[in-house]
Amino acid sequence: MTPLSITHFTLTNALGCGKQASLEALRTGRSGLQPCDLENVDLATWIGRVDDLEEMPLEGRLADYDCRNNRLAQLGLQQDDFLPAVEQAVQRYGADRIGVFIGTSTSGIATTEAAYRTRDDRGLPAEFTPRFTHNIASSSHFVRHSLGLNGAAIAISTACSSSAKVFAAAYRYIMAGVCDAAIVGGVDSLCLTTLYGFNALDLVSAEPCRPWDAQRNGINIGEGAGFALLEKPQSGDSCPSLIGYGESSDAHHMSTPHPEGAGARHAMQQALQRAALETADIDYINLHGTATRSNDASEDSAVCGLFGDQTPCSSTKGFTGHTLGAAGITESIFALLCLQNGLLPQSLQTRQQDETLNANIVLDPQQRELRHVLSNSFGFGGNNCSLIFGATA
Amino acid sequence: MISLSIEKIGVVAQGINNWPEASALLQGEDDYQGGELPPLKPSMLKPNERRRTTRTIKIALQAAEEALQGFTGSESLASVFSSSEGDLDIIDQICLALTEEGRPVSPTQFHNSVHNAPAGYWSIGAGARQGSSSLGGLNGSFAAGLMEAAVQSVVEQIPVLLVCYDQPPPELLKSFMPITEPFAVAMLLNGESDSPLARLNLNTRTDGSESQLSKPALEKLRQSAPSTRSLPMLQAIARHQSAEITLPYLPGLNLQVELQPC
Repeated sequence: MTPLSITHFTLTNALGCGKQASLEALRTGRSGLQPCDLENVDLATWIGRVDDLEEMPLEGRLADYDCRNNRLAQLGLQQDDFLPAVEQAVQRYGADRIGVFIGTSTSGIATTEAAYRTRDDRGLPAEFTPRFTHNIASSSHFVRHSLGLNGAAIAISTACSSSAKVFAAAYRYIMAGVCDAAIVGGVDSLCLTTLYGFNALDLVSAEPCRPWDAQRNGINIGEGAGFALLEKPQSGDSCPSLIGYGESSDAHHMSTPHPEGAGARHAMQQALQRAALETADIDYINLHGTATRSNDASEDSAVCGLFGDQTPCSSTKGFTGHTLGAAGITESIFALLCLQNGLLPQSLQTRQQDETLNANIVLDPQQRELRHVLSNSFGFGGNNCSLIFGATA
Repeated sequence: MISLSIEKIGVVAQGINNWPEASALLQGEDDYQGGELPPLKPSMLKPNERRRTTRTIKIALQAAEEALQGFTGSESLASVFSSSEGDLDIIDQICLALTEEGRPVSPTQFHNSVHNAPAGYWSIGAGARQGSSSLGGLNGSFAAGLMEAAVQSVVEQIPVLLVCYDQPPPELLKSFMPITEPFAVAMLLNGESDSPLARLNLNTRTDGSESQLSKPALEKLRQSAPSTRSLPMLQAIARHQSAEITLPYLPGLNLQVELQPC
């Protein structure tokens, strides 16, 4: 496929606001996880929480969109000079030629939870406006409105692969000529639905999550936002690029992955094919690596079945928690930071690798030149997406 | 501009069991009379899976199943599922459970709460292992789904199943979400086709207002849900008429559909 240049990008999560906070944490092994202290939650678990969202209401022309999820999106957009980069892109392409592609799993559902908590005999409070908050499209409409764009837009919600799939969608819209450049991104925020929902499935860990570890016992839920500007490559570009993507369905079970990771393997194969690369060309795999028993086993089988047991791999969920609908963009941007800085990040909190899992898990951060990085994102419904990023186009 | 074909259609609504019935209504002299929703029994699900599914999942699957009747190769189809609100019964039940002592959220309801639940059940039922995207776009959900499916079909050069569906909200959410009728429409789309029902050219435009239907009850149905915004297109196909149709898409942006019957 024609590579797309990723000319600007930014991310915000429990590690802090902006790229530098995440890069420093990946280098030094600092986790953003903390014991769960979210209001109205009494679960013994750890979370990856972004500080002070409660004190950042959206105001002025964006006030209608006010909810935790859109606050987090706004905080994310304000980092790393992303807004001036979008302004320059608007001057180059026009506001109607830049598409917006946002992934989210639960959007602003926390607002709906709050409306139900405060309901009375007359029903939910009149000021409840789910079209601006809870609705899946609230996230993409908010970003489009906030950035002053008026071209095509889409909100993708395929659980934990949502904000990986935005890269594939944006590539296709650009190739089809629907837009000339794209803002891709993802945002998901902490809410009771996912904390108690995953808890009901017995998938929430009471400790910091330990991907690929023999003692792993579930996920920590996190929140995050990330955005990237994708453009057709210009000669002399030195920025990293999207060079492959693969999308597949397990067609197996709603919440349990295929035991041999057949769907995951299919997504990775497609991504390699589009990138015209062999398995040996991949220098690092950022695993989906949620730290549940079945997810890691399934992904290990898929990765080792395709790549063997030599390719360096790690899950970065131990840094941020599982940011669900934002996991794709968060880990894609980790991949870009690793490419730019020659960093193999460790699988934080993996103490002793499960003997039945064979992937080559990186236990200590290493400096090494990287050319191609693959990032995996898999979601409920058996929805899989693998992306390959290159150091340059 | 994106050009593609519609090969097959499935429709489920109150008083409308399938596309031939919808087509007869849209061609005929009479206005829409409403009626009962047909029993939702998509046969692609095994009985144990059907038990775990909801009226939202079932209406989506039933339309998909009709559109793919007689089609060989469902397992190789990519799919796009679009719905403004997803499964509001489940959202309602989870949000209620979260206000109760011990927060007794049902694990089955939680995994069915993901926006891509109908797509997941469809891929299991059809054995479809290709990519699948699930979207939401308020009243622009049909246009957003059509655009996404069209772009996938044209760029990847593959047939794509599009399903757009809604169920009216449960009591507590009723006054907050403008969906009054259950409706699902499915279309099999392909860039090139040997036996198309219609050819489409898609463009975005900032002016114009959304196409309406002349009969009052049908027009009321068109306004009853995001998925019913597909009715002007379905009417042109039913009547074998060329048409320029404007669909609501995004704030300040419409999707213009130039439709040629085949």
